[in-house]
Amino acid sequence: MTTPGTLRHALTNWRVVTGGVLLLVLLVAAVFAAALSPYDPLDQDLAAQLAPPDWHFGRDAHALGTDSLGRDVLSRLIYGSRVALTVAFVAGILTAVAGTLLGLAAGFFGGWIDALISRAVDIWSSFPPVLLSIILVALIGTGLWSVVAAIVLIDWTRFCRVIRAETLKQRRLDYVDAAVVAGLRPRAILWREIVPNVLPLALVLLTLEMGLAVVIEAILSFVGLSISSDAPSWGGMIAEGREVVHQAPWVLIGAMLVLLATVLGFNVLGDGLKQELDPVLR
Amino acid sequence: MIFRRILLRLLQAIPTLAGVAILVFVLVRVVPGDPVAMMIPPGADADVVARLYAQYGLDKPILTQFGLWAAAAAHGDFGMSISLRQGVTGLIFSRLPATLELVAFAATVAVVLGGALAVFGIRHAGRFGEGAVDAVTGFVLSVPDFLWGLAFIVAFGVLVPLFPISGRNDPSQALGLASDFILTESFFRLRWGVTADILAHMTMPAIALALPLGAMIARVLKSSLAEQMAQDYALLSRVKGFSRWHVIVAEALRNAAIPTVSLTGVQLTFLVGGTVLIEKIFSYPGIGSLAIDAVVNRDLPLIQGLILTFAVLFILINLLLDLSYAMLDPRLRHA
Repeated sequence: MTTPGTLRHALTNWRVVTGGVLLLVLLVAAVFAAALSPYDPLDQDLAAQLAPPDWHFGRDAHALGTDSLGRDVLSRLIYGSRVALTVAFVAGILTAVAGTLLGLAAGFFGGWIDALISRAVDIWSSFPPVLLSIILVALIGTGLWSVVAAIVLIDWTRFCRVIRAETLKQRRLDYVDAAVVAGLRPRAILWREIVPNVLPLALVLLTLEMGLAVVIEAILSFVGLSISSDAPSWGGMIAEGREVVHQAPWVLIGAMLVLLATVLGFNVLGDGLKQELDPVLR
Repeated sequence: MIFRRILLRLLQAIPTLAGVAILVFVLVRVVPGDPVAMMIPPGADADVVARLYAQYGLDKPILTQFGLWAAAAAHGDFGMSISLRQGVTGLIFSRLPATLELVAFAATVAVVLGGALAVFGIRHAGRFGEGAVDAVTGFVLSVPDFLWGLAFIVAFGVLVPLFPISGRNDPSQALGLASDFILTESFFRLRWGVTADILAHMTMPAIALALPLGAMIARVLKSSLAEQMAQDYALLSRVKGFSRWHVIVAEALRNAAIPTVSLTGVQLTFLVGGTVLIEKIFSYPGIGSLAIDAVVNRDLPLIQGLILTFAVLFILINLLLDLSYAMLDPRLRHA
């Protein structure tokens, strides 16, 4: 699937490059947050509450302003990327694994396994996701790991549905018949023949799912059900910015733009990967 | 015929609701987290704590609790809210009208906006107009709906202050209305100053709720309109000299509506679910913001009552959807 040729070709796709660069910036911000932030994200400066953005980059300048406790908005945004990326990767990958395995099982084995899983997907996806995520977190309890659990519990159906359809399609292709004739056992056919052909699609879905996970985490932080409100997270900053939007719109605007850029980055990268990994589209 | 259908669907809803009630009741109690602990100051008297447990019936075995709750619920009594110290039923009924009016407004905006975009796109098929419609719907759908409401607050509430950004009406003016359907009632009492004020408060939350649904309606309706316009009857109409507008609006639209209605039905439940967040963003006093507060405060009786309320709303939406199919498709009407 990922031969060096595919990789080189992908780097000529503007979507892959744009999304990749956006996410790389984010990754660098998260990893080197301590070195990049001009201030400690928790440091309160009560003499400089709600200070507007100051572009004079002096020692005391707050490039993106401060919030109602005088904390530096830029530093909090940089540290907030850690929460966002943690949730994107952990929740995204767990959701992908759970949904893909169930989708493979439903599509490959068929029969009652398929009936059971498909029914669960139908019932599950008839609930409004925002409401469901809030109820789930209410049940499991607040905190970052509850948020991750809630995302996995809500979004596994996205993978399951698509991977099941793709597995069904692959199973009918000639190469699977050839493997049967060659005497491979069903389990070997699944893991050696079908899984490698389904993985590119799962990778595309994973990229899109990471963007969704970031939004769900932001929503849950916004309503106060994720990590504690002191720790810097974009959703928490949005909630705080909403409160002081008349006096200091920069808190809200900064967090919104960063969240938007992240989501669009994942989406554009996902669309680009879809084009690159699909031989027909390419 | 139609009444039998409605009655049947309503009867079918009873086991669903009972199932939801049992599930919610058990889940809410099985998980850790103590609702009473949140209402007492640290270091409170053990006697006081025990009395509070007894007051809310939390000291009894879970089956007994469910029996008591179900018996009361059958009479329309869903217990006392722990965080607000008011009856759950009364609380929900006083906040439900605000949400219903918001949902109705948003759904209307979505249908009108989506329909207009689809018709406009088909009218200008293959030309700049269609491309513009596709670009707009694509853009609307690619931004998470959570951000639309916030973007409106910044753009039209703060930078260019056109609309109020929180609440349902101007609190400095006494309403003096009999019901909580203040938009509808003020309109029919001809107090249009009040109506205009309420509409101004509802505009931004309603449009934020409506945008994703409107964009989706525009997409689906446009593609099924395109299919209809390629049919022989549409061509015949054109040959007979009817204008493109006439063929689209008077002939193709009705046939193209069925897939759109089925999509709208599913998405309408999502729109109702979306009120939870939008009401929180705009501090709008409906059941959505009530639900978030209930969850944050772990207010068990209120959470149960609200989840059941949402379940009833979803069942009603599906019922309406079912009936509108029958109205649109003559084959189903006589089935």
